[in-house]
Amino acid sequence: MADEPLVLGIETSCDETGVGIVRGTTLLADAVASSVDEHARFGGVVPEVASRAHLEAMVPTIDRALKEAGITARDLDGVAVTAGPGLAGALLVGVSAAKAYAYALGKPLYGVNHLASHICVDQLEHGPLPEPTMALLVSGGHSSLLLSSDITSDVRPMGATIDDAAGEAFDKIARVLDLGFPGGPVIDRYAREGDPAAIAFPRGLSGPRDPAYDFSFSGLKTSVARWIEARRAAGEEVPVRDVAASFQEAVVDVLTRKAVRACKDEGVDHLMIGGGVAANSRLRALAQERCEAAGIRLRVPRPKLCTDNGAMVAALGAEMVARNRSASDWDLSADSSLPVTDPHVPGNGHGHDHDHVHEVSKENLYP
Amino acid sequence: MLLLALDTATPAVTVALHDGTDVVASSSQVDARRHGELLLPAVDRVLAAAGAKLDAVTGIVVGTGPGPYTGLRVGLMTADTFGLALGVPVHGVCTLDGLAYAADMTKGPFVVATDARRKEVYWATYADSRTRLTGPAVDRPADIAERVAGLPAVGAGALLYPDTFPDVHEPEHVSAAALASLAAAKLAAGEELDEPRPLYLRRPDAQVPKNYKVVTPK
Ligand SMILES: [Zn+2]
Repeated sequence: MADEPLVLGIETSCDETGVGIVRGTTLLADAVASSVDEHARFGGVVPEVASRAHLEAMVPTIDRALKEAGITARDLDGVAVTAGPGLAGALLVGVSAAKAYAYALGKPLYGVNHLASHICVDQLEHGPLPEPTMALLVSGGHSSLLLSSDITSDVRPMGATIDDAAGEAFDKIARVLDLGFPGGPVIDRYAREGDPAAIAFPRGLSGPRDPAYDFSFSGLKTSVARWIEARRAAGEEVPVRDVAASFQEAVVDVLTRKAVRACKDEGVDHLMIGGGVAANSRLRALAQERCEAAGIRLRVPRPKLCTDNGAMVAALGAEMVARNRSASDWDLSADSSLPVTDPHVPGNGHGHDHDHVHEVSKENLYP
Repeated sequence: MLLLALDTATPAVTVALHDGTDVVASSSQVDARRHGELLLPAVDRVLAAAGAKLDAVTGIVVGTGPGPYTGLRVGLMTADTFGLALGVPVHGVCTLDGLAYAADMTKGPFVVATDARRKEVYWATYADSRTRLTGPAVDRPADIAERVAGLPAVGAGALLYPDTFPDVHEPEHVSAAALASLAAAKLAAGEELDEPRPLYLRRPDAQVPKNYKVVTPK
């Protein structure tokens, strides 16, 4: 529909420079430049390397997104940007770009939450989010269970990891197995040919007295590493496929069990899974199986929308415009620890500074 | 000609508008930790003070550093994106050149030094306010003491290390007004300006992890 908000979104919270364009819940462009190859030899994302790459990639990526969408910047109804959480220096590059772009075009600016964006992106795949929605977000940076009744104003944390993110555990085990970085896709590939029941690795925080919705992957990580080291010390060959499958099973078993339980406890009949680890084939399959058994509808966006991208930011920005949420001020800052309970960073309340600035800018460009 | 100049390579967040003849409005705030928050409101203020319209700007001038990276990138990213949105050229000027130009030293040679943190300075030497002799480089003050001995010095980096730089002159920080004036003078003289690319001078800090840490207790 032509009257739905046309929004450009910018994402730079980690190592992907993402620029996406949406009209309402329709995806028009999803341009991503990744610096992942530059980090591979370090075995993890190096913040300064990521920040440098964002600065280089930003303008070409915006250009690419505009071409892909076939629109001109003047037609935009707003510019959205990840304000946090994420790597502070990396976020600041995106926030600086978004502010300059919105200001120069005379458009409202929306600083939005990275986690809420991961949830909202599913609108581009499966249409408007059911309200409420339970969301399981799993990536190298986050592992959380969130309940949202309105993605622009109400995101409630149900549980989160108390130590490592799920994706970190994949990276670590891939390193122990000498499979390279990032670990998620390669573990998934090896696991397909392995036996998930070969080794009984521990399920973290799954005891009757443990917090029902929190996660822990540190103990699992250690346990897998020790198991491998013991084999190596004994001069035995490490069954890489079985280790990968059994480790992966331990992770996705806990994730899906807790997510389904949270849905049941809260009476929510929809579960969405997002974040880079949502691309894992076993997580998708087991979640599907368990959701079906529990009468819950599962929504998982296609893998490219699960990993960090600008379209998810644009999707949430479009929702902010559609629901008349107030725009951010020009002094918007990057907040590396923006709480998940803040879906966006509204202007400081008086609003007049902001409105004034926008009036000035509009007059500047469109006399 | 209407140049919008900005620099965030030092603790100063500085913006100026230059019409080819004069600086028509400017703003400078010193706050090393808030470049990201302060820059856009400063641009807005400077435009308002000049009664100028953003789409009247014919070029962007940005300080390319060297300077602490996080702040430095705020100015460069802002300049790049303005250039994209407005369809105007973006010119780079070495931040130390801006300081040299602002210093108004009648005679050279002299040295410009800014704080590079980690007990180092970013520095360059000049024959006069328009002519760089060496640099920019990043070094420990003690290591360059012999090379800058006897030279008057300009900048906050010089103020920090009086043993190396005993003769310090104003200004302490770069101003976008000076940057814009230098750029306007160069453009008028038909000189090429730099690409708007950051002068990092150091490689990114990144340790290649050794083999994974063994977790089995010994
Ligand atoms: Zn993410």
